[in-house]
Amino acid sequence: MTATSGFGLTGVSFAYGETPALADLDISLQPGKFYGIVGPNGCGKTTFLDLLTGTKSPDQGSVTFMDRPVAEYRRRDLARLVALVPQDFAIDFAFTVQEVVFMGRHSHIGRFASPGAEDWRQVDAAMEAIGISHFRDRFVNELSGGEKQRVVVARALAQHTPYLLFDEATSSLDVQYTMQIFNVAKKLVQEEGRTVIAVIHNLNLAAAYCDELIFMKKGKVAAGGPTNTVLEPAMIKKVFGVESRVVFDEFSNTQQISFRYWS
Amino acid sequence: MRQSGHTIWLLTLSLAAATFGAIVYATGMGHIAVPGGDILRVIAARVTSNSALLAGIDPVIPFVVFDVRLPRILTATLVGGGLAMSGVIYQGILLNPLADPYTLGVSSGAAFGAALALVANLSLMGHFSVPLFAFTGAALTLLVVLYLSSFNGQISANTLILSGVIVGAILAAGISFLKYLADEQVAVIIFWLMGSFASRTWLDVGVVTVALLCGLVLSLYYARDLNILSLGTRAADTLGVESTRVRWILLLSASLVTAVCVSVSGIIGFIGLIVPHLMRFLVGPDNRKLLPVSILAGALLLLAADTVTRAVLPVEVPIGVLTALIGGPFFCVIFRRRQRRAI
Repeated sequence: MTATSGFGLTGVSFAYGETPALADLDISLQPGKFYGIVGPNGCGKTTFLDLLTGTKSPDQGSVTFMDRPVAEYRRRDLARLVALVPQDFAIDFAFTVQEVVFMGRHSHIGRFASPGAEDWRQVDAAMEAIGISHFRDRFVNELSGGEKQRVVVARALAQHTPYLLFDEATSSLDVQYTMQIFNVAKKLVQEEGRTVIAVIHNLNLAAAYCDELIFMKKGKVAAGGPTNTVLEPAMIKKVFGVESRVVFDEFSNTQQISFRYWS
Repeated sequence: MRQSGHTIWLLTLSLAAATFGAIVYATGMGHIAVPGGDILRVIAARVTSNSALLAGIDPVIPFVVFDVRLPRILTATLVGGGLAMSGVIYQGILLNPLADPYTLGVSSGAAFGAALALVANLSLMGHFSVPLFAFTGAALTLLVVLYLSSFNGQISANTLILSGVIVGAILAAGISFLKYLADEQVAVIIFWLMGSFASRTWLDVGVVTVALLCGLVLSLYYARDLNILSLGTRAADTLGVESTRVRWILLLSASLVTAVCVSVSGIIGFIGLIVPHLMRFLVGPDNRKLLPVSILAGALLLLAADTVTRAVLPVEVPIGVLTALIGGPFFCVIFRRRQRRAI
């Protein structure tokens, strides 16, 4: 394993009580890339992200971020470097959209300080990028699932971190908003050298946006590497157990997968 | 309905003024009516030790004001504020707008402790044995509930509510058993359970003040963190909140404030549920604004209720019964109205 300034996992295992979730992971995630994590339901993808953010600590092995153990970071410091769009985004309290996006600035604002000009700029820019500015004064608990999810993405963008983690950040969104969010993320990677690590269920989406893919199965890495090399029918068959074909599609200008649905 | 920043300041200030006014006004009410000016003079005389201010006032008045009415009135006010504050914190941490200070079974624990002291006729600590047993019962219950619901140092909202319900149910059975054992003594237990501020002392005022101030400082310090905790643990963690630590600190302080309140006054329902709920309507869910407003409104409400039962009604109705009888239907109306709006 080479020295890394991104994330480094060495011999990482994690179990929920007696049930192993991740076993003996060795992964290095370099800065400036768009990573896709793919794998069947329950293969440990969310747990993997939890280890990166320090929400969970490995039972064995070490997780480092910028050459320092994640556990050594104070949450506040880590929150200025790594943002997460979590899978669950239920909110029962009537905060406005803008208030929730502002929570992304929590780690940047002193405990009893008021938000400064930079905080306002980031919040406005995040809402603008995701296209939610026009309903900034609505209450989040009255939004639809998709709208809520976009608010949560904007909140993560407002954190303005070099690393962005997406846990199925577009699961409730239609194709238009899905593309909008992934386009924003891709631009951050290409133009600002930021790093995106996204758990993605839609393989075609992963093929279109990710520089590198990590296939996970039953808590282990089945394969990892540049999208063009690892994305092949044999791997999809091995990990998901379905028949598929991977071809370059001229219209989308990327590799796309077609499946044999039923026959 | 939601008010803007300036209006919220104004609301906070007017609530504070109203609470102060209500304290003075309520002190004048009772068997012996005392005009507001005399009350202020009596207080000023005591504070400045200047007895010249008492000229022309019946010598029994300072005694009535200072040793009979004010301790009770101030205790009711402080307990109202404490219960409302705990309600805000519980609702925030348990991610549930319907949680109240008793959700974790603190009240059942206190009731069990008090009933035990009453049944065993324990008087080893004189006047304080019942409050002390009540507090111990509440604290022990809290420890058991936290032990049941924590796993690897993490606590989740759902397991907390479940553990609270389970432990509460066990204690309720225990209380019934104690009542059964108590025989003729049962009336004392029932009265204690229904809550009362009668014959409170300055010591009660002092204890509740200390608890409330500690709770207030801690909860305001972590108010923004509490806002973010309502987004869920994972989100809070990655937004820079030490969610496990904040949750423990706030849970413990809210519970201890509740335990102190219950031990001096018995079980008074609905204040901790309704006040945060109503105030959230007015000022929104931001705990930095919600906490001060709720504390003041809770104080005002419980003081009003206690004054009604003490000085207005012909017979003193137990305060817990009164708050439930007024608060319950009131809550139903709000609940119904909100439901209709949600559809």
